[in-house]
Amino acid sequence: MDRPRELGLASYIAVACLVLIAPIAIVCVLAFSGEGYLRFPPESFSLRWFSAFFGDGRWRQSLWSSFVIALIACAISTVLGFLAAYALVRGEFRAKKVLLSFMLMPLIVPHVITAIAMYFLTARFGLVGNVVWIGFCHAVVTLPIVLLILLSSMQSVDINLERAALSLGGSRLYVFRRIVIPLAFPGILSGALFAFLASFDELIISLFLAGVRAQTLPVRIWNSLHLELEPVIAAVSAFLIAVTGAVLVLDGLIRHLRSSAAAGARG
Amino acid sequence: MRSRSRDPGVLLVPAFALLAVLFVLPLAWFFVGVFAEADGIADLADWFAIVLTSRAVVTAMITTNWISLLVTAITLLVGYPIAYYLATHTGWRFALVLFCIIVPYFTSVIVRTYSWMVLLGRNGIINQALQSAGLIDAPLALLYNKAGVLVGMTYVLMPYMILTLYAAMRGIDPSLTRAAYGLGAGRIYTFWRIYFPLSLHGVVSGSLIVFILAIGFFITPALMGGPGDVMIAMLIERAVEITLDWMSAAIMALVLLAVTLVLYAFYYRFTDVRRMMGA
Repeated sequence: MDRPRELGLASYIAVACLVLIAPIAIVCVLAFSGEGYLRFPPESFSLRWFSAFFGDGRWRQSLWSSFVIALIACAISTVLGFLAAYALVRGEFRAKKVLLSFMLMPLIVPHVITAIAMYFLTARFGLVGNVVWIGFCHAVVTLPIVLLILLSSMQSVDINLERAALSLGGSRLYVFRRIVIPLAFPGILSGALFAFLASFDELIISLFLAGVRAQTLPVRIWNSLHLELEPVIAAVSAFLIAVTGAVLVLDGLIRHLRSSAAAGARG
Repeated sequence: MRSRSRDPGVLLVPAFALLAVLFVLPLAWFFVGVFAEADGIADLADWFAIVLTSRAVVTAMITTNWISLLVTAITLLVGYPIAYYLATHTGWRFALVLFCIIVPYFTSVIVRTYSWMVLLGRNGIINQALQSAGLIDAPLALLYNKAGVLVGMTYVLMPYMILTLYAAMRGIDPSLTRAAYGLGAGRIYTFWRIYFPLSLHGVVSGSLIVFILAIGFFITPALMGGPGDVMIAMLIERAVEITLDWMSAAIMALVLLAVTLVLYAFYYRFTDVRRMMGA
């Protein structure tokens, strides 16, 4: 219709997309650099920065802390988020929107404030550096993420299936276990994946609560960025990007399976 | 019908319990605990006056507002055409552009900040490229100043703006613009009189969410800013970690929290909160 204008928009979009993705792509390339400092493109490639990362006991310890904390936060927020999402979708009470907006507040309140308040409490009970406790604290910020994902995915679960099962004599608990959870399962998995990712990448709360014992990967990156831009950070960053990529691929797979299952069910 | 006890509303209780114990209680305890250190209300009011009129805090508040406004404006201007492209294209073009937004969106903030530090540093990739191309003699100061903060924060917050705008634009009926063309309206007229007004609630929600997140931002300005770019969240962190001045930290935190919650109330009125963060 209007070729030059369309072409102008398309080239703008191309540049914008390049700027959006380039920093991440460059870090991934630098992680495989064979040199002692950051030069792009690298003149030689190696896995030395990855072996520096995985070969260092302190980095491995951080990886383990991040993993355990994320697993705890993911488990708590997925269970609580699923129950709350079900209540919000199916419940017949007023003020749903107000209740939801309260539960989303941990995403809005600056994390520095949340983290300092949690630290104030944590320090009193001597829980600084306790991995389980940090997992619980992370669940506060991952819960709203699970909630948002499940609210949009559970909207499409047909309430008539539950009504039918109930009218056929199924108990509430039975219907919940055999109808509601299986139907909502893809959404629950997506929610769990993104909760895990959000906790795995969280920095500010960990920064205050970790102490020296439970430094997570983002905390250790933060600490070393104040000193110098070592190439090993590129390897750790590439690892975190790979975790993000894995979560996005798994989520895409879940969505794909769900939509093909839905198409199959329709015949 | 269903009895009261069977209402699924009770299933909200565990989530509320978690938030009450680990979110509301710590915040309340923190503010009450710190403010109780003052000798009565008058002394506390004095503290507020001293802290909120101190040079460092006033400067940080001005810097915070200015940077947040700039970041909101830049993300809006740069993001609007991208969201428009997403809303008007399908197939591989749509998927590719969405990919370029989603991957940074779900990448750790610290990693995104690090990647820009690598690009913008004194011996960073941009300076290396410009120097080897012979365009500059000495490296440009791109990092540890306001430009660095703006680039980093714009990059981190851009996906929130684009996804919010896109959610609003997806709801615009394409037959409306086609009708305008059919009636003889030009492209620019159609855009400003039909399309833009229909996307306006996305513009408002996107700007609010970016501004809300920007005023509480900590990681990116702390790493990419210079000594003149201290934002309020950094001042709060320093008061706790370095000067151990809990009173100042609590006062600044209370002001920041209040402003955030007021803006969130506006956001709540303008937006379906279920669509927050582009869900």
